[in-house]
Amino acid sequence: MTTDVILAVEGVDVFYGASKILFGVELQVERGRTLALLGRNGAGKSTTLKAIAGIAPPRTGTVRLGGVDLAGSRPDIIARAGIGYVPEDRQVFPLHSVEDNLMIGAKKGPQGQDYWTLATVYETFPILAGMKERRAGLMSGGEQQMLTIARTLMGNPEVLLLDEPSEGLAPIIVQAIAQLIRTLRKMGVTIVLAEQNMHFCLGISEDAAVIDKGHIVYRDTIQGLRANEAVTKRYLAL
Amino acid sequence: MLEIDALAACLSSPACLVNQTTTGLIIGMLLFLVASGVTLIFGVLHVINFAHGSFYMLGAYFAYTAYITTGNYFVAAAAGALGAAICGIVFERLIISRVYGQNVLMQLLVCYAFILIVDDLVKIIWGAEYLSMGIPAEFRLPPYRIAGGFVPPFYLFMVAMAVIIGLGSLWIVTRTRFGKIVRAAAHNASMVSALGIRVQLYFAALFGLGCALAGVAGALAAPVRSLTPGMGLGILVESFIVTVIGGMGSIPGAFLAAIILGLTRSIGSVGFPLFVDGAMFMIMALVLIFRPTGLLGQGTLR
Ligand SMILES: Nc1ncnc2c1ncn2[C@@H]1O[C@H](COP(=O)(O)OP(=O)(O)OP(=O)(O)O)[C@@H](O)[C@H]1O
Ligand SMILES: [Mg+2]
Repeated sequence: MTTDVILAVEGVDVFYGASKILFGVELQVERGRTLALLGRNGAGKSTTLKAIAGIAPPRTGTVRLGGVDLAGSRPDIIARAGIGYVPEDRQVFPLHSVEDNLMIGAKKGPQGQDYWTLATVYETFPILAGMKERRAGLMSGGEQQMLTIARTLMGNPEVLLLDEPSEGLAPIIVQAIAQLIRTLRKMGVTIVLAEQNMHFCLGISEDAAVIDKGHIVYRDTIQGLRANEAVTKRYLAL
Repeated sequence: MLEIDALAACLSSPACLVNQTTTGLIIGMLLFLVASGVTLIFGVLHVINFAHGSFYMLGAYFAYTAYITTGNYFVAAAAGALGAAICGIVFERLIISRVYGQNVLMQLLVCYAFILIVDDLVKIIWGAEYLSMGIPAEFRLPPYRIAGGFVPPFYLFMVAMAVIIGLGSLWIVTRTRFGKIVRAAAHNASMVSALGIRVQLYFAALFGLGCALAGVAGALAAPVRSLTPGMGLGILVESFIVTVIGGMGSIPGAFLAAIILGLTRSIGSVGFPLFVDGAMFMIMALVLIFRPTGLLGQGTLR
């Protein structure tokens, strides 16, 4: 089996002040695949994504993108290296219009990729095309979630980190977001999807890693995880 | 205290009105430029630049030297703006960025130290005595006569420059990509940075822009005021009053408040010469009581 690991996280420890949150986290993400990072509330999913994005810089360990270690670099350098981060609490720029939010995210990818532009984003997210001038702060939660994903895509990332994109949204919106992630996957975007809900990930991701109390405790395909009742019971409370 | 007769005489004489209004406007325009820098920097970086007057002074001295060397006032004005911007960027990167988000007393202390250092450097470089640049050659023309009053051409130039520069900064902040990024970063710097933008550079550039506004004000003041180390302090205090009256973060507010203060100053010098400063602070107190966010302020930069 040939593997093409684009993102490799090794031995990452993260502290918030004096408390240690991540303990030697290891993850491998293969190019073009989607990895679900599953775990309960407070398990360390968001912190793992923040560590990769440079927002919660690892104290030790490496975060390699295509072989280059980015651990400890500033978030903007990591973003320009090709890692796109979509935070769990959406963080749209509330006083800016939808289009201005998108334009702030606009850049070329590290290899000059320029697939994502206003035109392609509006094509993929027709809902945003209908509200270009609306202030982002006035959008619904689901619309804001679409906007944050689209804003990060405008930066043409090679790897997309998505933190609980379905959180707190109505089932129909959750379906739309699942559909969107499948579309992105078909386009070849590599995705790390942090989720509490394994069922949301089933039709979306190929691979799975389970995190608990800051430790990666299980790695497999998502189908392998689903079949492993011992693990899902113990770590995902299913 | 109130010189009712003199005030009434001036208000009923078109010549006196024209003269006092022009004087008020140019005081107001200088205040506006300095205050819009204060307001921009505060609106984005949430830091009060107590050292802003120093950049006004530096702008004036740079313009003076550039005018002496080149004899061209337009070069001098550009040198004042650019020189102040560069000093501002250095000050931001090396000093003030270290106290972002810290206790305001700490920021005040750091700025005060900077003010003293710059004042002394000015004494070393340009000397402690008053310098005077005089009306630049380009503007040594007979004054316009409007309704019996005299309006020097340079005054008109000052007002026009201030309006153009004010509109220009408003355009930069609201319409350009730079301005949009900077305003987004004012709310959420870490998200902007996660989108691949080097936020610190934008902050430094914004600080430089604010200082350029002070610098150009200094350059515009150089022909009509005498240059002296410490000249930044008075305008600093007045520009804070303008910022508070206009509303922190609002450039149009700064414009309105600066004109109100300028006219209070010029009309007041006729009508209540002993209470001019008192009147300015009284206006500020009234605004703070009845509209604490200032005339056009919304509490944040929009
Ligand atoms: N800024 C912070 N300061 C201190 N502790 C924090 C901070 N952010 C998170 N933590 C702690 O770190 C641990 C991991 O948090 P994290 O947000 O990574 O969990 P999560 O798996 O994303 O949970 P959720 O499903 O609720 O989003 C938790 O115990 C949390 O309380
Ligand atoms: Mg989380």
